Amino acid sequence: MEKEYISISLAKPDTHQLDAVQKGAVALGLTGLALLLITAFGVTFSNNALWLAISIGAIMVGAVVYAQRTYLNQPAGIRNNGVYFKSLTSRGALGWMAGIVLTLFYILLYWYPQYLGLGKDGAPNTGLVALFDPLSQFLKGEPASQWFMYGALYTLAILAFGFKFILKYRHNRYQLFRTISVMFFQLGFAFLLPEFLIRLNYPYNDFKEMWPLNYDFFDEWSVNSFLDSGNLGLFMLLFGVAMIFIISPVLTYLYGKRWYCSWVCGCGGLAETAGDPFRHLSSKKLSAWRLERWSIHLVTVFAILMTVGVVTSYLSEVARAQLIWGLVILLLLIGVLVAFFRRKHFNGQTRAIFLSVAALMAGVVLIHYFATPAKILFVDSQKLRSAYGFAIGAAFSGVIGVGFYPLLGSRVWCRFGCPMAAILGFQQRIFSRFRITTNGGQCISCGNCSTYCEMGIDVRSYAQSGQNIVRSSCVGCGICSAVCPRGVLKLENGSPNNRMKEDPAFIGNADNLMEYIKK
Amino acid sequence: MDHIVIIGNGIAGATAARHIRKLDNACRITMISEETDYFFSRTALMYVFMGHMQFEHTQPYENDFWSRNRLELLRDRVMAVDTDRKELRLQTGEVIRYHKLLLATGSLPNKFGWPGQDHQGVQGLYSKQDLELLEEYSATTERAVIVGGGLIGIELAEMLHSRNIPVTMLVREKNFWNSVLPDEESAMISRHIKEHHIDLRLESELEEILADSNGRVKAIKTKKGEEIECQLVGLTVGVHPNISFLEGSGIETNKGVLVNRRLETNVPDVYAAGDCAEQRQAIGERKAVEQVWYTGRMMGEVVAQNICGKRVEYAPDNWFNSAKFFDIEYQTYGWVWSKPKENEASLYWEHQDGKKALRLVYNTTNGALLGVNAFGIRLRHEVCDSWIRQKVHINEVVKALETANFDPEFYRRHEKAIRKHFKGRTAIA
Ligand SMILES: Cc1cc2nc3c(=O)[nH]c(=O)nc-3n(C[C@H](O)[C@H](O)[C@H](O)COP(=O)(O)OP(=O)(O)OC[C@H]3O[C@@H](n4cnc5c(N)ncnc54)[C@H](O)[C@@H]3O)c2cc1C
Ligand code: SF4
Ligand code: SF4
Repeated sequence: MEKEYISISLAKPDTHQLDAVQKGAVALGLTGLALLLITAFGVTFSNNALWLAISIGAIMVGAVVYAQRTYLNQPAGIRNNGVYFKSLTSRGALGWMAGIVLTLFYILLYWYPQYLGLGKDGAPNTGLVALFDPLSQFLKGEPASQWFMYGALYTLAILAFGFKFILKYRHNRYQLFRTISVMFFQLGFAFLLPEFLIRLNYPYNDFKEMWPLNYDFFDEWSVNSFLDSGNLGLFMLLFGVAMIFIISPVLTYLYGKRWYCSWVCGCGGLAETAGDPFRHLSSKKLSAWRLERWSIHLVTVFAILMTVGVVTSYLSEVARAQLIWGLVILLLLIGVLVAFFRRKHFNGQTRAIFLSVAALMAGVVLIHYFATPAKILFVDSQKLRSAYGFAIGAAFSGVIGVGFYPLLGSRVWCRFGCPMAAILGFQQRIFSRFRITTNGGQCISCGNCSTYCEMGIDVRSYAQSGQNIVRSSCVGCGICSAVCPRGVLKLENGSPNNRMKEDPAFIGNADNLMEYIKK
Repeated sequence: MDHIVIIGNGIAGATAARHIRKLDNACRITMISEETDYFFSRTALMYVFMGHMQFEHTQPYENDFWSRNRLELLRDRVMAVDTDRKELRLQTGEVIRYHKLLLATGSLPNKFGWPGQDHQGVQGLYSKQDLELLEEYSATTERAVIVGGGLIGIELAEMLHSRNIPVTMLVREKNFWNSVLPDEESAMISRHIKEHHIDLRLESELEEILADSNGRVKAIKTKKGEEIECQLVGLTVGVHPNISFLEGSGIETNKGVLVNRRLETNVPDVYAAGDCAEQRQAIGERKAVEQVWYTGRMMGEVVAQNICGKRVEYAPDNWFNSAKFFDIEYQTYGWVWSKPKENEASLYWEHQDGKKALRLVYNTTNGALLGVNAFGIRLRHEVCDSWIRQKVHINEVVKALETANFDPEFYRRHEKAIRKHFKGRTAIA
């Protein structure tokens, strides 16, 4: 087999070492990080504001200097040299170490925040969380929680690595604009605005995070808190509903799901910036794709049913029946529409969609007849919710989704576990103007596109046979197009008719031949 | 049951195998290669060396694709072909019988008999084994010299540069690839090569390669008498068909295996496709031996039809090709010669950053578009192709430039500047 080829990573590994300035910058950044870390081991500084400023400043300056030194002293272009030689980015020892450290951090964050310094039962914060007290006091007038600390670090990561990403892809204005966009939405909508809202005594709300990603948006306490907050609260509730039922379908029809996944979403934002050095680690195996199809549909069905269960538990008899039968009709309608749009290609994917719709329909009817406020389908609803929160909200999106960046690639969560991505993807596949066009016969089958697709899509298999790429999982990051050395791929919006070009005729060969081949 | 044997698992052989299977579900198909177990993309070798990809990423199909389609793979070397008995003799001593034989054996790097060309550390870049050799030599290389300024030469320069190995490039012409590119483009690329700190020596030719006492390269001498110390010499002065094993087989050869339009050789049931095939009568302005990926694919498609009893001619449409010179992408459609031919003129625009350019070649008697060179701007194959095929007038083309743009969204557009620059410059008799 091809095993002997491993030798390739042994030759001249030293040439990928850093120069003095890069080393200094890395040292500075790591010092900043270390300052944050030692607080996690119980060291508490006397002047938190100062130390936070120093450590964050060191991280930012380190990142900026490193990125400038790395990318600005050479001409702009694709810079993936040595990606598969570096330990950190090729699942080497450093990659594993980074994965383990990140994962540990998430475990502490979700289940043992006291070790990060969270003061229990009104006790003052210490350590890492205390470091963020001054910032939290400044923004919302209360001490930091572990979530505030996490939000701040998350935003910091998107900003710092976003800057690096921008320098790396500075020749590519699609990458430039979309990265500025995710940086803006993270800083403004995910981090600052919700904190200000709390300061003004409004409910915490991240306007861009819609249900089902924000899975408890329709919970009784959530809806009540909106209803209790006057006009602005009502607006938030209506905006949230409009987001999922009007705004997002329209935008997805016009631009594909990328408007959200690669331009707005915070999970996507972190994946595209901090996760960029690991994007090639996504599995391209057929088995991964099969798993993806199962898991993404299951998660979606589960997320929707759970919400329906929770909502019905606080509605009146009548409203509840209306909701249930309304949903059944909606699902029937979706089924009919899918059957219509996919009548010419009834394949495994269509089957999966039908199965999901059928499961949903069965589920809501069962909920109607068997669910009680305390129990969704015979299972304690409180337990079910915390199980979901644990399995999907924490374990999946955090521990595996981010903690495993250096091992499984940057979009594991988006690919296997995000119900939002599933719903948007479903629409992208069936009813959207978005596609990736392939350019005639210019593909040389080199494989750059497939290697660097973070969603594990085998882009090359489409490009080399002249087909357009219309895939529900494509988040429209545009990296396949960026790394293609022959200018074969273009993300485009256009008429939905013949979007897939499933019967492609290669340009370049005699016309009559294509007829023969089609026969 | 017919046994169809294909020598070579490159793009020509692999494409033919896939299409034969589509056309004939019953026949037995065997693909033999000495190079690798599975078909891989030769064009991606550079990315493996630069650490962008691992070797398995260059394989366009998953490994079980071949067995699922009952395409038998054999890793061996064909030593001789006996066309009377319809037998192949393999290096392992095995003998294989065929009903139909496809020769898709590709190329070998040229060596022009330079003194010292067989020293250790002197190599071409074509096969996977060449890449492994390069891996070995480059580990002990302080400076490398590349002889020849073609597409593979510049790739080799970029590869070595990515490992921080200083590179000197000897180019015979007065600018890089000037035998193919017109002067302006050629000068632009030369500037870009230097921007990447490649020591580009123009109008320089190799005289001799010198070795140390262990037989390893230690320097080269140029015709101008310069001596350049180096431990690695890359010979990238073109390739020639890999057909020496056919001697005495009765299959007619010239530079390559001679074939007619249906890619049949002089011997019944023996066909040839890809780099190793030579058209008895060149097609239009095309070369008789075509050595690019695309022609390999197209010949593979055609030869499959003929092997399966359909009569289809290899009749390629407009020429097209593409490459990437460090960071500058290049696409070409139709014919753009380094020096205009009779009744030809062109419009040329270059961006002030020196990394984007567009040349439109047209016929001066009727204004028809003949060819396009694009640098740093992606163009739509379909549009350029139909302009050339339909002989669209150059002025119409300039008006409609936007429809051909294939750059990613939000890229700065240059059509207006280009139109302004071209205004009033077309000269039609
Ligand atoms: C580094 C590099 C970069 C390139 N980049 C481009 C590009 O960007 N665009 C482009 O259009 N073209 C490019 N080319 C050219 C392109 O790769 C070739 O034209 C194409 O691969 C030829 O395909 P083929 O199927 O004819 O032969 P090959 O791919 O050479 O396959 C022939 C196979 O047959 C095997 N073989 C030969 N003789 C025997 C025997 N006697 N027994 C058993 N097996 C045998 C060989 O080992 C080889 O594996 C590039 C070439 C190289 C080397
Ligand atoms: S197919 Fe391209 S645009 Fe879509 S997710 Fe993959 S790399 Fe990004
Ligand atoms: S990167 Fe471009 S040339 Fe390479 S396989 Fe993908 S589409 Fe084809």
